[in-house]
Amino acid sequence: MNYETVIGLEVHVELKTEAKVFCGCAARFGAEPNTHVCPGCLGMPGALPVLNKRAVEYCIKAGLALNCRIAPFSRFDRKQYFYPDLPHAYQISQDDLPLCAGGGLKIVNPAGEERLVRINRIHLEEEAGRTYHSGTGTAGYSLLDFNRSGLPLIEIVTEPDLRSPEEARIFLEKLQEILRYIEVSDCKMEEGSFRCDANISVRPAGSREFGRRMEIKNLNSFKAIQAALAYEENRLGSLLAAGTPPEQEESRGWDETRGMTFFMRPKEKATDYRYFPDPDLPPLVIAEEWVEAIRAGLPELPEEKKNRYVKEYGLPVQDADLLGSFRETAEFFEATLRCYSGEPKTVANWVMGDFARLLNLEKLTPAQSKLKPEALAAMLQMIDDGQISGKIAKTVFEEMFYSGKSPREIVAEKGLAQISDENQLTAVVREILAKHPGPVADYRAGKTKALGFLVGQVMKETKGQANPGLVNKLLREELDK
Amino acid sequence: MELSTLSLKELSDALREKTVSARELTGAFLERINRFNPELNAFVTVAEEEALAAADEADRRLARGEGVTPLTGIPVAVADTICTKGIKTTCASRILENFIPPYDATAVSRLKEAGAVIIAKTNTDEFGAGTTTGYSAFGPARNPWDKDREPGGDGGAAAVAAGLVPLAVSFDSGGSLRRAAAFCGVTGLKPAYGSVSRYGLAALAPSLEQIGPLARQVDDLALLYQVLAGPDPLDATSLPAAGPGRDGAEVTGPAAGSKGLRIGLPREYFAGEQLQAAVKERVLAAAGILAEKGGEQVDLTLPSTGYALAAHILLAAAEASSSLARYDGVRYGYRSPEATDIDLLYKKTRTEGFGSEAKRRILLGTLVLSAECYNDYYLNAQKVRALVIREFKEAFTKCDLILTPVTPGAPGRAGGERSPLLQYQDEYYTAGANLAGLAGLSLPCGLVDGLPVGVQLLAPAGREGLLFWAARILEEATGRLSPPSFQE
Ligand SMILES: [Zn+2]
Repeated sequence: MNYETVIGLEVHVELKTEAKVFCGCAARFGAEPNTHVCPGCLGMPGALPVLNKRAVEYCIKAGLALNCRIAPFSRFDRKQYFYPDLPHAYQISQDDLPLCAGGGLKIVNPAGEERLVRINRIHLEEEAGRTYHSGTGTAGYSLLDFNRSGLPLIEIVTEPDLRSPEEARIFLEKLQEILRYIEVSDCKMEEGSFRCDANISVRPAGSREFGRRMEIKNLNSFKAIQAALAYEENRLGSLLAAGTPPEQEESRGWDETRGMTFFMRPKEKATDYRYFPDPDLPPLVIAEEWVEAIRAGLPELPEEKKNRYVKEYGLPVQDADLLGSFRETAEFFEATLRCYSGEPKTVANWVMGDFARLLNLEKLTPAQSKLKPEALAAMLQMIDDGQISGKIAKTVFEEMFYSGKSPREIVAEKGLAQISDENQLTAVVREILAKHPGPVADYRAGKTKALGFLVGQVMKETKGQANPGLVNKLLREELDK
Repeated sequence: MELSTLSLKELSDALREKTVSARELTGAFLERINRFNPELNAFVTVAEEEALAAADEADRRLARGEGVTPLTGIPVAVADTICTKGIKTTCASRILENFIPPYDATAVSRLKEAGAVIIAKTNTDEFGAGTTTGYSAFGPARNPWDKDREPGGDGGAAAVAAGLVPLAVSFDSGGSLRRAAAFCGVTGLKPAYGSVSRYGLAALAPSLEQIGPLARQVDDLALLYQVLAGPDPLDATSLPAAGPGRDGAEVTGPAAGSKGLRIGLPREYFAGEQLQAAVKERVLAAAGILAEKGGEQVDLTLPSTGYALAAHILLAAAEASSSLARYDGVRYGYRSPEATDIDLLYKKTRTEGFGSEAKRRILLGTLVLSAECYNDYYLNAQKVRALVIREFKEAFTKCDLILTPVTPGAPGRAGGERSPLLQYQDEYYTAGANLAGLAGLSLPCGLVDGLPVGVQLLAPAGREGLLFWAARILEEATGRLSPPSFQE
């Protein structure tokens, strides 16, 4: 029998606002423990939450980028449970009136089929602190760090529209790309600013009912997500095939080293969080004008960008994908194009080639590097105008990358200008021909390959600065005399 | 000079004219506190050192003549549920017995800015959950008129009545401040919701409670309110400047162009058997006095009044169960020494740290918010609340202020055993103002069997000035009250 896998995701994303969501503390990753705290995010008596509007804006931004409806009226609720790193013993979250609802994201699965993954909702909430456990048994103790307490967090919940572990990974990669693009989050899985819980069930193909659902918690890399889901897909499939479907819905963990999921607790006994509207925070009324202003400020999203690169610039799909996936790269590419009248493909080659290589080497992003788009454009123009050769350009580019100087400055300083003076080159050509009678004879005997060798010798003699086209022409003229 | 009976204006003038220094004044009140507090138990903490330091600072201000306000150098007591930086704030609970806040409540910052001297922290029920101070972890406060009786749910009123402090700042989530003012024969205001910042008030019922002033006379009450009120960026529920701000404290008459004051008398507040005839008579007499001054009495009906109290009990409990959850022994406050794991830490800390009424509200509130009960209890209570708000709104189209009793009778025995349900009913006349976010002023309207009785004046947000205006007319007619045994 064939089985169908059904997957839905809950993704938690930390927003990169300057301040926390309900107090004025700085939102920083990696600071000394308990240095970014105040009575508010420590849950001291009488301290009150005050909403950071920027966090609302970022949540709306994410909602718009994922085609959600933005609620004109929304509210914060208290989700109540006891945990040592939850200072109020409730988390300020949103229950029945989330900021964003509906929406969806299209992906293309490995089989090349397009799939719309519907978004159920996106809501805004606060982070808890962090607990660190040390030692075991009676010697064991726990340490608490509240720097993270009160960071703004959005929870994105999808409908169960994914049909394979690969699709789940592709969806998450694309989601991450978009959220980085609109600059609401760093989405660093390793730092915990992008976290995912996955719900998976398996049912006989064609069945309308869902199988029993397993929730896999705290998956912290794309690899882990795909591997854990694949493991679970197999496990559930085998159970069905053996006629012993799972008896209960479970929360399961992922054991990276053993490569398998494990039972944590049954899901049946759902916790009663005793949600109720937070009386400390007035309801949120979202003005349509505000939403429209946020929409107008959204950048072109990666999908649209990639399509435009193919259509408008005639770039191959792979190039468009590479350039369009990271916002800074795309912005660099487009900024260069704005100052350059030549072929977009030429710019693409430099951005994906030498630029990407050096960025990688130095672990920089395009915006962090000293190279400016205008400088790259000027250099490409110099190649087109025959002022430097393509080969010399590589040297110039590297120098530009590290020093931030303009290509003209570098060429002048290092004397790298292309030699296009016919008299000067004719002299060199004659000298080379005199030095290499063998290849000259070969050429004249019809072995035209020998020309390449002679061109090389001229270039070597001129330290690569000779205009290669001109060298070719002069050599032929001299040889054919 | 007998400082303990002077008005704020008289004290302020004396300080400015240097007939007395702030240090002397604070010293004189500290002396009275040390002498009388043991029999009243009105205070949990007396901040002698801090008060004298603040008084010295006030004296420097007065000497420079800079930044002097009517409160400069004036001792003020603050309820122990309101955070005072560097001064123990116990909320009258074992669970915060040694808690010293590293921050001031906004109300306290405003007092300090005005140059007031924070002299002591007043006794209340644990986290304000109660109506008699009988649930204070540090023993009940006593009524200065009769030390065998309760003073209402606030030691501040007792302290002001007995002249241990000229002014006090307390809070009111169902009527404790207003009942205490009535029982002790002083004036007290629960401001309209959002008029005074709640920042730094250890929450019990955040949607219901407000910080408010207590004073011996209306002018002092208005002045103190003026200092406390105004928008605060630290409290998202505080009203913007355009609403009732500091200006709302002006003692103003009925709106220009109106035919005089329309005094609403809601039938439901005078009908019940519980209301003692003598109390009813004094309260109606007060209405008569206002009518004589060119006012008009308007017969009103507020049909949801009976349900209002039930809704208030449920909502207050729901919010309390959530507000009190943070006291878990993890970060500050009491932690049970016997806990061996995290679950025991919670259980033992909270079992040992909280008193009976706090526990009752936590249990009731947890039930009210549980999935099975939420619709029946919490949602229905909210519906009643919406109804109460609507009825009051409509009533205020027919009248300018509403006049009611504060309590049905005289105060009960101090520390006396009464069923919790009876105690909840204590707030029958006052809880409506908390549900609807109205301003409620309580002031004495005479004595019954030698004990003070109060009248309550209610007005919508932004009309506190009208309450002060009407209260002053009544005050002139009735005269001020002073408990006899605390005179020199
Ligand atoms: Zn903070």
